Amino acid sequence: MIDLAQDLLSSFVVAEPQLNGSKNLGVVTLRKEALDRFEASGFPTTRNEEWKYTNLKPVLKHDYKILLKGDDAVSFADIKQFLLSDLDTYKLVFINGKYSSWLSETTHRDFDICTFAAALNKYPDVIGQYLGKSAPEGETFVDLNTAFADDGAYIRIKKGLTVDKPIEILYLTTNENGPSFAQVRNLIIVEENAEVQIVERHQNIGEQQSFTNFVSEVFAAQNARVQYYKVQNDATHASLVDNTHVQQARQSNVHVGTYSFGGKLVRNNLHFYSAGEYCESHMDGITIIGDGQTVDHHTLVEHIEPNSYSRELYKGIYLGKSHGVFNGKVMVRQKAQKTNAFQQNDNILLSDKAKVDTKPQLEIFADDVKCSHGCTIGQLDKNALFYLRSRGIPKREAEGLMTYAFASDALEYVKIPQLEKRLNAVIAEKLGINLEFAL
Amino acid sequence: MIKIKDLQARVEEKEILKGINLEIKPGEVHAIMGPNGSGKSTLSNVIAGREDYEVTGGSIDFEGEDLMDLDPEERAHKGIFLSFQYPVEIPGVTVSNFIKTAINESRKGRGEEPMEAREMLAKMREKTALLEMDKSYLSRSMNEGFSGGEKKRNEIFQMAMLEPKLAILDETDSGLDIDALRIVANGVNKLRSKDNAVLVITHYQRLLDYIEPDFVHVLYNGKIVKSGDKSLALELEEKGYDWIKAENA
Repeated sequence: MIDLAQDLLSSFVVAEPQLNGSKNLGVVTLRKEALDRFEASGFPTTRNEEWKYTNLKPVLKHDYKILLKGDDAVSFADIKQFLLSDLDTYKLVFINGKYSSWLSETTHRDFDICTFAAALNKYPDVIGQYLGKSAPEGETFVDLNTAFADDGAYIRIKKGLTVDKPIEILYLTTNENGPSFAQVRNLIIVEENAEVQIVERHQNIGEQQSFTNFVSEVFAAQNARVQYYKVQNDATHASLVDNTHVQQARQSNVHVGTYSFGGKLVRNNLHFYSAGEYCESHMDGITIIGDGQTVDHHTLVEHIEPNSYSRELYKGIYLGKSHGVFNGKVMVRQKAQKTNAFQQNDNILLSDKAKVDTKPQLEIFADDVKCSHGCTIGQLDKNALFYLRSRGIPKREAEGLMTYAFASDALEYVKIPQLEKRLNAVIAEKLGINLEFAL
Repeated sequence: MIKIKDLQARVEEKEILKGINLEIKPGEVHAIMGPNGSGKSTLSNVIAGREDYEVTGGSIDFEGEDLMDLDPEERAHKGIFLSFQYPVEIPGVTVSNFIKTAINESRKGRGEEPMEAREMLAKMREKTALLEMDKSYLSRSMNEGFSGGEKKRNEIFQMAMLEPKLAILDETDSGLDIDALRIVANGVNKLRSKDNAVLVITHYQRLLDYIEPDFVHVLYNGKIVKSGDKSLALELEEKGYDWIKAENA
């Protein structure tokens, strides 16, 4: 069997001098140290507490190509369905980890909406100040990404500016000559009083297995507002480890919504560092998956300063032989008095073969806080089902309607109507129902 | 319209209905009264097709068709409506969207075209007015945060919209104050015609002051032990159920 970790280590020697940013000594050092840590740790196994419920082995066994090439053959028509076509947006499109300028719509006018590659080459000061400062060292996938990643989205919104339209980030895989392993990275800097909306998705449009190790570092300065939506509806031969790390300063408000409908294995490591007073941290999501799919949400909110609020609501609907994992940790540091933290994870199993592992965790070191957490796993309420059927609504539609009603409050914070409509359509499709009743 | 013959049903191992015979003709209003635990709600649920009950004997014939093999939704499509004693809350689905779905699914089930949006809207206006409901009802989530009286009124609103042939009102009076009771009963009476029928299931006589039955039946211990006209209801109100229990001990 091919050892992916070994393959990565030997590929690094070849790749490193060609990576964007290889002339920046700081970046070079960061990469080498990260690679050393990866070499020491290797990929996690189920013996690792953080990976207890999600076995990576079936995903790691493929003979992945590591050094990928872009693809000029992709046209706008190929990707249109993955974009919010009824809405004017900035677009950052990457194919096999490489920026596609002809499919993208960027700007440098008032704000930088461009590429991580460009930032690595052109903005050494910004890179020095932010790169690796939110995503922690010592996490295997973050380290691996830090070593290899040299492209992705770079977004920097200057003080006081509100981006005039949402930004869509699309990571495509098209590889036809074998499985591919991509390492891509976002750097998102939202300065004081600035505001941005981002919609992001990863999509494999080829026939081959793909595995994406993705890191997104988000910095929200004082009073910054960020709405960051992740649409995960990839092919069933595509796997993703998403490491999103959000650093929040005083009075900032950040929402990360994760809508998981597809992919073979999706692991979301979402960490909020609430490092100022009066921050609001919102994270929510809907997971609807079926046969052979796994979605694992690992969230961490760390409250460091007093008077902040975090809200976490994840809904899961599991069909067929699917597997869901939720591990949500809220940590309240000693200084973070008057923290208000809410966490809820509710799941419905629509099949005898579906499985959910859910584990809410609270670690509180302050004594004057309001924290609640809860999780439920259930089936649809029989009494309610009979109620709907007795009104003439067939069983399948009744189940769909109830399931939709169960999930829909996790869409409450979506602030782009076109996106909400799209998500509703996907939910209807996944549940096999007509959505007229809800729209 | 409906002929129930020697109907027997149980839930898990417990026999609840022990041979019910009842025939309801178009245009009639029947009331079933009886003490708690006599099987009243079981009877209404069995007619509507609830799967938690196992029918162990007898038959239900609705307009010449055996109901036994039909799903609850198919029974609804044929014109059977059950007003629930405890209506279910469905957060995230508005009353108007729910009723639209129910009507159009029923029409689809009968092979008819969906109702025109304009007709639907006009009908909703008419029926909310009939039940003295504020129009804001329609945009609220189904039964979510509704008071007991609002839930019952919402049940009768749905009945008015669906226009069933047989409406079964299961303890519709419980949880209603006198004004709400009058409005609900008035709604039911306005919907009565020579072509449809109503089966009122109730513990107390007071609803029958407003919805006047043609026949009153007393259900006790899984059987109809007495039938009569509306005077039977008054007699029960006056004397309670103890004499029925004594007679059937």
